[in-house]
Amino acid sequence: MNQIPEVIRTIPLEYYLFFSTALFAIGVIGVLTRRNAIVIFMCVELMLNAVNVLLTSLSAYRADASAQAFVFFIMAVAAAEVCVGLAIIVMTYRNIRSTDVQLLNYLKW
Amino acid sequence: MALLCLLVPMLPFLGFVLNGLGNRKLANGLVSLIGCGTVLAAFLISIYLFLDFTANGSRAYTVDFYNWISVGDMRIGFSFLIDQLTLLMMLMVTGIGFFIHLYSAGYMSHDENFGKFFSFINLFMFSMLLLVMGSNYVMMFVGWEGVGLCSYLLIGFWNKNTNYNNAAKKAFIMNRIGDLGFLLGIFLIFITFGSVSYPQVFAEAARYAGGVDSGVMIAITMLLFVGAMGKSAQIPLFTWLPDAMAGPTPVSALIHAATMVTAGIYMVVRSNVLYVLAPTTLEVIAIVGVVTAVVAATIGLAQNDIKKVLAYSTVSQLGYMFLALGVMAFSSSLFHVLTHAFFKALLFLGAGSVIHAMSNEQDIRSMGGLRKYLPITFLTFLIGTLAIAGIPPFAGFFSKDELLAHVYEHSKLMWALGLLASFMTSFYMFRLVFLTFFGTFRGTEEQRHHLHESPASMTIPLIVLAVLSTVGGFLGIPAVFAENSHVLQNYLSPIYGFARVANAAAVAPLHIDHATEWMLMGISVAVAVIAAIIAYVMYVSKKTVPVPEGERLSPVHNLIYNKYYIDELYNTVIVRPVMWLSTVLYRFVDTVLVDGVVNGFGKFATQSGRTLRYAQSGTISFYVLMMVFSIVLILFLNFFIG
Amino acid sequence: MITALLLFWPALAALLVLLLKGQAARTVAFVAALIEFAISLVALVGFNSASGSMQMALSFPWIESLGIGFTIGMDGISLLMVLLTTFLVPLIVLSSFRHPVKNPNAFYALILFMQTGLIGVFVSLDAFLFYFFWELALIPVYFIAAIWGGARRVPVTIKFFVYTIFGSLFMLAAFVYLYLQTPGNHSSEVFAFYNLNLSSESQSWIFWFLFIAFAIKMPVFPFHTWQPDTYTESPTQATMLLSGIMLKMGIYGVLRWLLPVVPYGVSQWADVVLVLSIIGIIYASIIAIRQRDLKRLIAYSSIAHVGLIAAGIFTLNEQGLQGGVIQMLSHGINVVGLFFIIDIIFSRTNTREITSLGGITQHAKALSICFMILLLGSVALPLTNGFVGEFLLLSGVFQYNYWFGGVAGLTIILGAVYMLRMFQGVMFGPKSVATEVFTDLTLNEKAVLIPLVIMVFWIGLFPNTFLSISEPAVGNLLNIINR
Repeated sequence: MNQIPEVIRTIPLEYYLFFSTALFAIGVIGVLTRRNAIVIFMCVELMLNAVNVLLTSLSAYRADASAQAFVFFIMAVAAAEVCVGLAIIVMTYRNIRSTDVQLLNYLKW
Repeated sequence: MALLCLLVPMLPFLGFVLNGLGNRKLANGLVSLIGCGTVLAAFLISIYLFLDFTANGSRAYTVDFYNWISVGDMRIGFSFLIDQLTLLMMLMVTGIGFFIHLYSAGYMSHDENFGKFFSFINLFMFSMLLLVMGSNYVMMFVGWEGVGLCSYLLIGFWNKNTNYNNAAKKAFIMNRIGDLGFLLGIFLIFITFGSVSYPQVFAEAARYAGGVDSGVMIAITMLLFVGAMGKSAQIPLFTWLPDAMAGPTPVSALIHAATMVTAGIYMVVRSNVLYVLAPTTLEVIAIVGVVTAVVAATIGLAQNDIKKVLAYSTVSQLGYMFLALGVMAFSSSLFHVLTHAFFKALLFLGAGSVIHAMSNEQDIRSMGGLRKYLPITFLTFLIGTLAIAGIPPFAGFFSKDELLAHVYEHSKLMWALGLLASFMTSFYMFRLVFLTFFGTFRGTEEQRHHLHESPASMTIPLIVLAVLSTVGGFLGIPAVFAENSHVLQNYLSPIYGFARVANAAAVAPLHIDHATEWMLMGISVAVAVIAAIIAYVMYVSKKTVPVPEGERLSPVHNLIYNKYYIDELYNTVIVRPVMWLSTVLYRFVDTVLVDGVVNGFGKFATQSGRTLRYAQSGTISFYVLMMVFSIVLILFLNFFIG
Repeated sequence: MITALLLFWPALAALLVLLLKGQAARTVAFVAALIEFAISLVALVGFNSASGSMQMALSFPWIESLGIGFTIGMDGISLLMVLLTTFLVPLIVLSSFRHPVKNPNAFYALILFMQTGLIGVFVSLDAFLFYFFWELALIPVYFIAAIWGGARRVPVTIKFFVYTIFGSLFMLAAFVYLYLQTPGNHSSEVFAFYNLNLSSESQSWIFWFLFIAFAIKMPVFPFHTWQPDTYTESPTQATMLLSGIMLKMGIYGVLRWLLPVVPYGVSQWADVVLVLSIIGIIYASIIAIRQRDLKRLIAYSSIAHVGLIAAGIFTLNEQGLQGGVIQMLSHGINVVGLFFIIDIIFSRTNTREITSLGGITQHAKALSICFMILLLGSVALPLTNGFVGEFLLLSGVFQYNYWFGGVAGLTIILGAVYMLRMFQGVMFGPKSVATEVFTDLTLNEKAVLIPLVIMVFWIGLFPNTFLSISEPAVGNLLNIINR
């Protein structure tokens, strides 16, 4: 059975780079353009995972395990963040009956 | 000896402290006892010092008390120099000062601030004595400013009256203009000679390498002369002196005629070695002196206030003294200072006696025929007038004649101008006498009722001064009468020791022959007598009385009556622009420009905050957009520029 | 040790005063200030005035890893400034006794607290310690002015505060730069700064950074605009503290932290500073002529006097520097006295407008005498304190440049103009509605004024008592500058 890094290396590095960049860009565009808080939230997750993909692939190509430690960190933080974030969104929804972030501009000047 | 020297100024100072603290608490008798007693004691000590000095071979000595200011190589001692000049001035100041104090005891007796008056006038004696006794220029400056302060306090003595206060302020400020010149002169002396003490400075100056008429010497002497112009009321700084007549009359006699205003002459004579090294300055002094003498005399012709006439006459006589200084006749100038102190003090005190009798009326148009009511005042006043007019054998004749002889030798034109001033002096003084004491009384019935001769404390000083005005001239009998009997000149001769070394041509004796001198004497006496006769014809025979206020005067008369509008000129050229500048600087430059820049910083901060806060839209997506945009920008800059 | 005692005693007393309730606070504060004065006299007795070096020094590591120490000590100049502070603070406290202030414990605690800051400035021998006290002194006076001040106090004090902080930041930046230039493990001690060999260009920069800080504090034209407003709006005690003592911090700063640290920078720019100072003298004097508010008038006169001090010390000759030191003392005494007299007049007539006053001499003899003496000191009449200072300062400026000396000398004329105009308007002439009834000085007021009047004559007659204390220190300073 092949080692996982070897499996990863079967695909050229450029592919990973392009893929994660595209994924990240989709996330950014999503955050910038969408108004629904949940969608924005998912886009943020998307960006995090884009980074995870990148970290994993580079770790495999450079045979350096330390990057994977970061991936675990990110996953753990993301999980915590989802808890808090979703809770905030739920609370917001309860208050204003909407998840539209454009309505949440109470902090302006 | 040191203690005695110190006592001379300190006794009047003690009087100042006692009377000042005891104002309105001490009885008038005690106040005048303290006031006059301290000055009398100072006078007696001065006489003792004088006798001691002459008995011990007339050697000048300094008395050091303590080191007053010492910084680096600048060491200014609190010390006195006792020499011929100092002693002469001490005797004059304390002697005349005592009689005027005595006079004040009568003259001021009705004033509620009797004690205050005596304390101020004692303070004046203290300052004046410091001025003449100090052994360095800074000590002289101490007295110089001190007398200015006392002059201020005494002119504004009746300080409920705003005009008097303005006159006092004007006197102080104009004096301060001169004082600045004096102060800068002291600095320059220090820089040039490395000291401010007379013995060192004069010794250095005597072997000064820069030669006669070097720039530094001219600068020093001119700066000192600016000081003298302020203190001795010379053009252009003379307008304060007539206004200073607002003070009580004894003050006018003591400060504004006999002593303080001659401080400028004292200073020039004291610095004679510096001045002989700067003939250019002396020429300037002579010109200023002669112009002042003539201009002030013309103004005196048309004044109707008894004290104003005397004030302009003082300015004019001071001009004479400076004229004499300008032609290097230092001793003659001092001689005139001395005789002038006698007769001008006498005239002022006489005027005070008249004013006292007339219930504070000073306008000669309301007087007339007073000789019947005030016989002693009249006689003494007449003697004073004869003396100032230069009629022999009164004191003024000798000093003025000697002075004019020196001027004649120097420049015929100046002599002619001096003679013109002498003519006018004689005219306005006799005009004053005739309008005041002759003719019929023109005042109100109430005033006539009140007319009385003054008390003894006032007439005794008058008599003493009248005697001095009569015999004072014999101190300087000219050579044509008796060889080598000019007591004053012989006495003062040692103080020109350094000047002779520095510039032997200066301080030479008179070179004119006896025939010329007889002629000069004859001319000046003739001029004085003619002027007196004209005055007699106009004011006694024809009974002319100056026109009352408000009537039209001829243009020339109007011009001199209004003192050539010099006050108005200064007001327009100096005072108003400064006031305007003050307003502009405050309202515009300070508040709008300078503070505007400062407040501009604050306004910029608040305004930019007010504008930029709109970027804080509260919309998360906008923030994120900005964030992404910024990251892109940073990356962009990093790749393509950094 | 005694230096530390001088430094911390007022702060301790301030804490004590803060705990008290009611008017007991002012008595305690006064006693504490007197004790402080006594301590300073003990220091004076122990001081060796023949030596120009730092005495009674004390050094502790403060931020050891950075080489910043708690280093204090005094030379003659510091000692005179400390004595001025300890002499004036009891009088300032005493001057407030006439009217009960609101929240007395806070008021007096702040005054004492400020005293610690002021003394700290004068005894600090470490740049960062100096900076610390420099700012510390500002805070109490800001609160005194902002809480107990006049109607426009809030905008005015904010401007004052921000303006001076703005200047201080330049100083901090300069100190940090200088600190980083010190060799080895770095040190912020004053002598380490004196020993730096900076290029002339960096000296220029440092010069301006430090100068702005000190110039704002003094204040020198054109950095003076905070001052008239602040003096006018502050309660009298704050005005006295500001004008009598705090203003000297700026001048002291120049003497200790500017002249010897960047001598080349000074020699390059001294002309500019002198011109600015002399403009300030004339400018402020002329403005003072037309002022109607007494406090504002004295504020402008203060700018003129400080301008002359600044001009004198930048000439870098002995007369100028010694004159500056003695004039700092004289000005502190005169200006505190004058502000107090204005406060007395204001407390009786409820006005500070010259035009609505007049004729006070007719009621109040003692007040007139004290006012006159302080005024004469202020216009530099010989035998009063002002003369010694102005004489030496003008002499210094004149030696530096004849024309500068001549123009600066106009101050003696203009000073007489505005001072006499004020005195005449307030004290002479007919009585006005406001001055119809006017009581003479009370015992308390005499107790404040008489020590000041005595000092006016003492400095005027025997200036050598003070000049000899600072002479070695000034000589030392000149040696450092000229080496």
